[in-house]
Amino acid sequence: MSLASEAGATAGGWRRYFTWNTDHKIIGVQYLVTTFCFFMLGGVLAMLVRAELAQPGPDLFNGTEFNRFLTNHGSVMLFLWIIPVLAGFGNYLVPLMIGARDMAFPNMNALSFWLIPPAGLIMLASFFVGAAEAGWTAYAPLSTQTPVGQTLWAVSVLILGTSSLLGAVNFVTTVFTMRAEGMTFWHLPLFIWGMLATSLLVLLATPVLTAGLVLIAMDRVAGTVFFSAANGGDPILWQNMFWFYSHPAVYIMVLPAMGIVSEIYPVFSRKPIFGYKAIAMSSMAISILGLTVWAHHMFTSGMDPRLRIPYMISSMIIAVPTGIKIFSWLATIWDGKIRFTTPMLFALGFISMFLIGGITGIFLAAIPIDLHVHDTYFVVAHLHFVLFGGSVSAVYAGLYYWFPKITGRMYDERLGKLHFAANFVGTNLTYLPMFLAGLLGMPRRVADYSPEFTTLNLLATLGAILLGTSTLPFLYNAVVSWVSGPRAEANPWRALTLEWQTDSPPPAENFHELPVVKHGPYDYGQGIGVGGQGQTAPAVGD
Amino acid sequence: MHDATHPAEQTAMFKAGDRLGLDHLKLGMWLFLASEVMFFGGLISAFLHFKINNPSPESSLLDVVLVGINTFVLLASSLTVVLGLAAIQRGDRRGLMGYLVATIILGFAFLFGQGNEFVTLYRHGVTLSSSLFGSSFFTLTGFHGLHVFVGICWALMTLAKAARGGYAQEAHLGVEIFGLYWHFVDIVWIILFTLIYLV
Repeated sequence: MSLASEAGATAGGWRRYFTWNTDHKIIGVQYLVTTFCFFMLGGVLAMLVRAELAQPGPDLFNGTEFNRFLTNHGSVMLFLWIIPVLAGFGNYLVPLMIGARDMAFPNMNALSFWLIPPAGLIMLASFFVGAAEAGWTAYAPLSTQTPVGQTLWAVSVLILGTSSLLGAVNFVTTVFTMRAEGMTFWHLPLFIWGMLATSLLVLLATPVLTAGLVLIAMDRVAGTVFFSAANGGDPILWQNMFWFYSHPAVYIMVLPAMGIVSEIYPVFSRKPIFGYKAIAMSSMAISILGLTVWAHHMFTSGMDPRLRIPYMISSMIIAVPTGIKIFSWLATIWDGKIRFTTPMLFALGFISMFLIGGITGIFLAAIPIDLHVHDTYFVVAHLHFVLFGGSVSAVYAGLYYWFPKITGRMYDERLGKLHFAANFVGTNLTYLPMFLAGLLGMPRRVADYSPEFTTLNLLATLGAILLGTSTLPFLYNAVVSWVSGPRAEANPWRALTLEWQTDSPPPAENFHELPVVKHGPYDYGQGIGVGGQGQTAPAVGD
Repeated sequence: MHDATHPAEQTAMFKAGDRLGLDHLKLGMWLFLASEVMFFGGLISAFLHFKINNPSPESSLLDVVLVGINTFVLLASSLTVVLGLAAIQRGDRRGLMGYLVATIILGFAFLFGQGNEFVTLYRHGVTLSSSLFGSSFFTLTGFHGLHVFVGICWALMTLAKAARGGYAQEAHLGVEIFGLYWHFVDIVWIILFTLIYLV
């Protein structure tokens, strides 16, 4: 690392993270750190929920308090953590990976970040005026009748949607117009494909939620009657508008995560990725199919029965591109020279747990099964295996993988492995019992339950405590390593994607000289190097 | 740090985008408009859902002729935007400013017409909370009116920049981008006019 770049990277020190800064790397870190804070807040809310559910009977909170914690746990985790944290990776990595100096709209990029903290404060401030309590799904008419916090909730989610929308415009424009020379679409890293597919969904689905939130807010504030059945309004309309966004949102929350692990498997297996085009195209297929499946959330809502079968079929078809990815990943690590570093462990954890979440999703898409387990803990277990076992594992994998690049320091591998072990055991201990409880008929979103479910709930609560505690070694590792960890090389993992072909951390404007791309991002063992930096990446395995 | 407002500098720096023949501001605007299509799509679906399943006698209070004239006013404003762009492409800055002023006047005329219609309906007892028709009609047309208002503000900013000499024969991207938005708002109105007043 040259002295000049060192000075450039540290100019302004930590203070620049608290300012309006248009450097995508600063914005990326702002995203990652801010959303992690919300993750911990959402975690505290989850702990409160699990504490109440450790034993049957309303022992800690009353039903309303429980509903408020539950609603805000879900809303914070989805809208303030998993969606924006993946956008944070996108911000940091998209320009670096395509060989650009910044995003296409640097000021708009800063705006998308700075919309998040106020939106988060609005959502959490609602606890002082009667927080939202209609669940993260905010089903009408409950959401049009609950206290004023629900209005703040709608405003907050609307702002976060706008932030996500601006980000999507920026990502797509950046990828289309700012790629380095030689960076053709078939040379794009798979994380970029994931971000493209996600951004497409954000662009097409988020505005419909925005429209729905406008209608909810109008019902609450302006006296309209959209969702008031007493005046001829239709509560199901909200469900349609909500799920038109919120089912694709599941893919918004998982496609970039799939992109992250697609970066990690080849690097730590020292093999080219298996089925590059299949993985890239399956992301686009998921994105397009994802817009056609939303009503499978409404099989029990009184929808037209003739519509059920088409939605069941489209929901099951979407498992095909997902399966293509999973087989491609397995084929990538098959017979590879695997290094079990922390990012690789989390990425492997991702496959195993996402698979459980994904397969139970197919159960839920089947109408007869859904009619039985709808609104039970089976659904809770399913979505947490997808989003916690899946997306959050991938986020951790990504945080460890790019930690040396972002901070210029190495993290502590032993603490990382400890974190992985606790996280993996904790996730399974928390959510596996919920499948059983759900199959036995325990309804979700209720503060109390029948005593026969006590053992399963106690297990889940113990798992949640383990999960919460598992964050501590990560926090300690991240903070201490960032301050005083050993210096990281430019390319400690010997990876071929462009972000590793510049300094750690990258200098202002990313590259000393814009790279020229001459080969694919995963050509391990192909006897080639990376041009443009005068460096040659290792062509073969360790 | 490069500034997003200097397209010449951008294209010099990013050859890949150049080869695609895409300007990043224009692409960004198209993407934003795609999301606007979905936003109005959501509101229009809600309106149609109620129009089909809960038809309301109140819709007979709508004055198709007056609103038709208003529609013509908005269409004319799209024409003036096109003429303004053509003017600056010839290097005629005064022409651009003249047509922008015309656009702004036509935009306000449309909003005046809409306001007039709203007041008439309120006098007949059709309000936001009177019925599903009132709720969905005022919300949908109101949000369109809001978009027209934003467009007028944008036109005023474009006018101010033109007055400072901010556009030239070779550099009129800002006018084009504004035009994309204005035409979009216009097209949305054509759809709304058809669905609300004609069908």
